[in-house]
Amino acid sequence: MRNLVVLGAGTAGTIVVNKLRRRLPASQWRITVVEREDWHIYQPGLLFVPFGATCSRKPVLSLITAGVDVVLGEVHRVDTATRTVLLKDERSLPYDELVIATGMQPRPDQTPGMLGSEWGVSIFDFSTRDGAEALSRALPGFRGGKLVVHISEMPIKCPMAPLEFSFLADTELRRKGIRDKVELTYVTPLSGAFSKPVAALRLERMLQERGITLETGFVVERIDGKTLVSYDERTIPFDLLVTVPVNMGADFLARSGLGDELNCVPVNRHTFVAVGHDNIFALGDAASLPMSKAGSVAHFAAEVFVENFVEHAAGRPMRRRFDGHANCFVEAGQGRALLLDFDYDREPMPGRIGPLPLLRESAVNHWGNVAFRWLYWNVLLPGKRIPMPTRRDRWPSTSIPHRLRRSYNEPGG
Amino acid sequence: MAVDINTASAEKVLQRARGIGIELTEEHWKAIRFLFDDFRVRGETPNLRRVAVVGGVPIKRLLQLFPGEPGRKMAYIAGLPAPRWCA
Repeated sequence: MRNLVVLGAGTAGTIVVNKLRRRLPASQWRITVVEREDWHIYQPGLLFVPFGATCSRKPVLSLITAGVDVVLGEVHRVDTATRTVLLKDERSLPYDELVIATGMQPRPDQTPGMLGSEWGVSIFDFSTRDGAEALSRALPGFRGGKLVVHISEMPIKCPMAPLEFSFLADTELRRKGIRDKVELTYVTPLSGAFSKPVAALRLERMLQERGITLETGFVVERIDGKTLVSYDERTIPFDLLVTVPVNMGADFLARSGLGDELNCVPVNRHTFVAVGHDNIFALGDAASLPMSKAGSVAHFAAEVFVENFVEHAAGRPMRRRFDGHANCFVEAGQGRALLLDFDYDREPMPGRIGPLPLLRESAVNHWGNVAFRWLYWNVLLPGKRIPMPTRRDRWPSTSIPHRLRRSYNEPGG
Repeated sequence: MAVDINTASAEKVLQRARGIGIELTEEHWKAIRFLFDDFRVRGETPNLRRVAVVGGVPIKRLLQLFPGEPGRKMAYIAGLPAPRWCA
């Protein structure tokens, strides 16, 4: 009997164990998944919680197929020499193959002054359930002043979420008739609204249209009371700060010597094999991939991984290669959304996927986004086939105009 | 695994730096050399945090050495692709 241990039952971990249980014979493989949380949260939905939506969540145990052992507990360390996972409660799990899918967590403690007396009073994050719900209680009381939406440092979970928050806040403030009393500013360490040029131009225009000020290249050093201070001494005062804290991988990865400077696991970006360990894989946010930290990346990556792992388990070479495919809906406010689709080599471009227009605001995309939650719980996580190709090159796309590429890849561009 | 920057490429590095108004000091070179070495090992341009944490030049200093867009400017001077999340 061989042991496959999967750390983390988030998007990637859940898809992987549910799919692999059907593919690997129970007489040969025991599959165990370790998770520290009792509830699986639909993270894309957290964006809407500050505006009154409820947090969509399900018990972890209800999402893992029978035939997979579930260990609810926290990992202390992975001992790669003895091939053992040591848990905080001193249990240990031997493994033959290990999958690390423990994601990334927001770390407000990493920015001096963020967790001070203003945390939960005038400083909020919405990437956790607690943060999003606290913000939903604070937002109705905000009647005017400086609202600053802020990214601390890349990479973050879903680079689009803070932009979407700005668009939705704009819509909400207009609905309440107080938009003219609010100075809305979007602050990012990037040199534009997004890291990919064509989408960045489109998104910057959307900020402009909504009267949202864009502050780029702002790398926050600390927060002094109710002021953001950057490393190059710029200051941005706020009355209400909605921030995306620094995101880091799990601490046990550092303790195990498996993490990089952000506690993410360096992997082969096509096969997810951890650098230096041929029986350890990292998937989803926990992997150090040159890609967004997003559920869609985790999902597409998990599909490639499963096919590869079946080969690997049978002692054959892994032939499938992940192309970095990701897509995401971007809520634009006013009941409309954009759809972005991209991979390692191709950035988001205009076009269509079926009925959904790419890189353009439309109500259809918004309803696509709303419907996606059902797909997530009922199709994606159970590991059923979703009618969508995993590989990006199955879809038509145009190449990026040289003019734009140049202006964005050079300093001052 | 250190990368040996020969005189010809060093001259190119200096030229690119001058082109965007930066006169390279030994401190600049420490960061640029780290970019070369790290790129060679990982096949990817390091971002600000990595240059600070692993390369040993604090972020605050990097913003003084390469004002405005340090990640992108360092990569440009070194002749490497911009880091994936360039600040």
